Amino acid sequence: MNQQTLSYQTVNTEDVKIWFEACTVTDFPSDGGLCINYEGLQIAIFNFSRRNVWYATQNLCPHKKQMILSRGMLGSEGEEPKVACPFHKKTFSLESGKNLNGDECDLATYPVKVENGSVYVGFA
Amino acid sequence: MKKVIVIGNGMVGYKFCEKLRAKADASQISVTVFGEEPLPAYDRVHLSEYFENKSEDKLLMAPRSWYEEQNITLKTGQLVTGIDRIGKHVTTHTGASESYDYLILATGSSAMVPPIKGVDKKGVFVYRTIEDLDQIIEYAKTVKRGAVLGGGLLGLEAAKALMDLNLDAQVIEFAPKLMPRQLDEAGSNMLKSKIEALGIEILMNKNTKEICGNGKLDRLEFTDGTTLETEMLVISCGIVSRDELAKSCNLDRGARGGFKVNDRLQTNDPDIYAIGEAVSHNDMIYGLVAPGYDMADTVVDQLIGGKTKQFTGADMSTKLKLIGVDVGSFGDALGLTEGSIPIAFEDKNAGVYKRVNLSADKKKLLGGILVGDCKDYSMLLQITQNGMAIPPNPEDLILGARGGGSVGGGIGDLPDTAQICSCENVTKGAIVSAIKDDGITDLKEIRTCTKAGTGCGACSPMVSDICTATLKSMGQTVRKTLCAHFDYTRQELYSIIKVKEVKSFNELLNAYGSGDGCETCKPAIASLLASIWNDQILKQDTIQDTNDRFLANIQKGGSYSVVPRIPGGEITPDKLIVIGQVAKKYDLYTKITGGQRIDMFGAKLNDLPKIWRELIDAGFESGHAYGKALRTVKSCVGSTWCRYGLHDSVSFAIEIESRYKGLRSPHKLKGGVSGCRRECAEAQGKDFGLIATEIGYNLYVCGNGGANPQHAKLLAGDVDEKTAIKYLDRFLMFYIRTAEPLNRTSVWLNKMEGGIDYLREVVVNDCLEIGEELEKDMQALINSYHCEWKEAVDNEDMKRKFRHFANSDEDDPSLQFVPMREMKKPAEWDEVKS
Repeated sequence: MNQQTLSYQTVNTEDVKIWFEACTVTDFPSDGGLCINYEGLQIAIFNFSRRNVWYATQNLCPHKKQMILSRGMLGSEGEEPKVACPFHKKTFSLESGKNLNGDECDLATYPVKVENGSVYVGFA
Repeated sequence: MKKVIVIGNGMVGYKFCEKLRAKADASQISVTVFGEEPLPAYDRVHLSEYFENKSEDKLLMAPRSWYEEQNITLKTGQLVTGIDRIGKHVTTHTGASESYDYLILATGSSAMVPPIKGVDKKGVFVYRTIEDLDQIIEYAKTVKRGAVLGGGLLGLEAAKALMDLNLDAQVIEFAPKLMPRQLDEAGSNMLKSKIEALGIEILMNKNTKEICGNGKLDRLEFTDGTTLETEMLVISCGIVSRDELAKSCNLDRGARGGFKVNDRLQTNDPDIYAIGEAVSHNDMIYGLVAPGYDMADTVVDQLIGGKTKQFTGADMSTKLKLIGVDVGSFGDALGLTEGSIPIAFEDKNAGVYKRVNLSADKKKLLGGILVGDCKDYSMLLQITQNGMAIPPNPEDLILGARGGGSVGGGIGDLPDTAQICSCENVTKGAIVSAIKDDGITDLKEIRTCTKAGTGCGACSPMVSDICTATLKSMGQTVRKTLCAHFDYTRQELYSIIKVKEVKSFNELLNAYGSGDGCETCKPAIASLLASIWNDQILKQDTIQDTNDRFLANIQKGGSYSVVPRIPGGEITPDKLIVIGQVAKKYDLYTKITGGQRIDMFGAKLNDLPKIWRELIDAGFESGHAYGKALRTVKSCVGSTWCRYGLHDSVSFAIEIESRYKGLRSPHKLKGGVSGCRRECAEAQGKDFGLIATEIGYNLYVCGNGGANPQHAKLLAGDVDEKTAIKYLDRFLMFYIRTAEPLNRTSVWLNKMEGGIDYLREVVVNDCLEIGEELEKDMQALINSYHCEWKEAVDNEDMKRKFRHFANSDEDDPSLQFVPMREMKKPAEWDEVKS
């Protein structure tokens, strides 16, 4: 798992080398997430349908190192879209990955694009 | 811009920075702090907690980033070695130099080490810094016995720490009593006997002559000829001010050391101030943190040009929990004022000692001592500090007013000048003004804004009471809205959902809320929707808390546990076999729950539908262990088998559990039915409980176990089964309608104006004339019962939600289990996995 933590690195859209076709839009619940496996790396993808925006972060919650964030609850704090970890309700910004209520490590975030009903995650 | 240098980054040095930045930003006053220790300032008062959690971060007053945010230059690991008063700069041990306009000496103190022969032997420690603690922890691993020299506050804390390190611990005190500054002999004796009961031996009147041993200590010799075998010694004999810098630059020192200061806390150089334990004020050195904070306040006032505040000495009152024993000492605790009259109360049975000292004219309270029971500390301290009138029978101060009524009148009688939080020096007036003038109604915000209760926390209950009383005096009731997204209480939302027939979270949010919702309002509204419409909750799975979303209880590591319903705890051998077979097939850990059912742990998310298919085919239903819902109705075996049983408690429990199964409520619900007054089903510890009587059942409500156990209260006596169910229908629906989110029935009742008598009026006597409506609502919920798991496994779309990966049918490869007693358990949090 430590190796997993190390290999989570935020990817910016301009640095994307591979757009990985992860799943289809219809797989997703509204305002909820799913986890995908990309070469052994677990990534959480979120369908923020209230805003019609997609996000992707690491699936590992840095607090207790649990592979769980895709099952987290979406919401907002002010304008900031966030996800709350099911285990201890730590919340993280979906935009920046920043931990919103503590000193846990921030999340790595990944770009997402939707084309022809498929959901793609960008990796560098 | 003025340039300030602070020498010392301890609690008081930190507090100075905090208080200064509240009044002046970096454009007005620049601040550089030199700290000798490698860590930023940490909370030395709670140092003993380090033994428990070994976390430096938890003790830090503020993380390093705070100093950056505040534009404060923090240089740790730097010892200031010289002050050039003429050139106005300081030099450090590395030779670096830095100029100042004003210099603040917050160098603190070090442990006093008495000149005993052999004090340099291996195994002798002081108790002062985190490094000291690390060394003590390390050394304690190699020895069995350890002693503490000094029976003061810190010494007793240190003894507790040694005990927690599994050492056989002794305390050695030179004086004839413990905490000689705070306690009299009787108080000391009470504390001694309570501490000795915990297994710490206390030796008094012992003057240590020599620390003996070959290289490392193995024995202490006392002047009375006795000896003590020990392998380790922690010295806690008080403090010495760190005033080394005074000598080299000719700053005056007090009679017992420390930088000598005036009431403005200036040394003999007006541009150099001193604060905290490094200070000698009127030849007094204050070894407590509250006076240090007060000094920091005074100097901040000087620097920003206020020049009105002066430090004229400090109150040494203190209240603390020493090794689990409450100890309080306030004002003139020892009755040293001329003519003072003590009143004392000693109860060796309960382990309580209380003493108050009256003035010679018997009109004022001068001070006192509390051991074993400190609940009146705050009030007695207020009476002392504010010169408030004392009751006609002054013994009521410690014995309580016999025949009811509270001592000293309570919060309302306190003057606005009364100091409530002594750590942060916050008065009652400041708290009241924050509420009345600044419109703050939230307790958390009051703490943030006034800082009351953020130090030792002893005053928190009082702050809360003042807040409630003030709001009440303004004619306000505290309105608990759901969260930032809904400006409605749960009860208001209940009515809105019902009257407007709202069926989804988004519908409600769009019409009555704002933003996108959050982890507070989503589950609360999911619960309301379920309590009102009883729809399949998976239709809106992403507003459910994680357990409800996957209809199972998430456990450490990310696996789930499965609990089928076993009504009343009755189960056939065939069904037992099925549970065994399923658990074996899916490699599940099994355990009997407190509610008479069987919990199967360690299920993989992908396996949940398969497990439930097998359970449902064998006739099981969801047990709703994952929901804020009816869990179980526990029963004793009752009159069918038990020779004492009066009624068939099992059948009745099954009937009730089957009636309310699937019922969702503000919090979980548990019930119990006992067949006689021996109460084997523990019905009085449940949200609702029935105990058989000769002619019917006594119906109890609003009990619970858990963190704050509470006995259920009698709602109705000797009722028949039909009436009991009628009352239960009404009671449960009334709770579901009116409770705040996540309040158990006990908390709900505790907050209810009129308590159980009012609840009885509503449920039994129907004073609100809603009885029929409540019963109708309940019947609708019972009629719409459905097994969520049956629906889930019969529906391909729902079944697909139980997958870890969206792009693969694999299980989560990070799930890890380790063997335990022929079964398995999850790997620990944080355990390194490959």
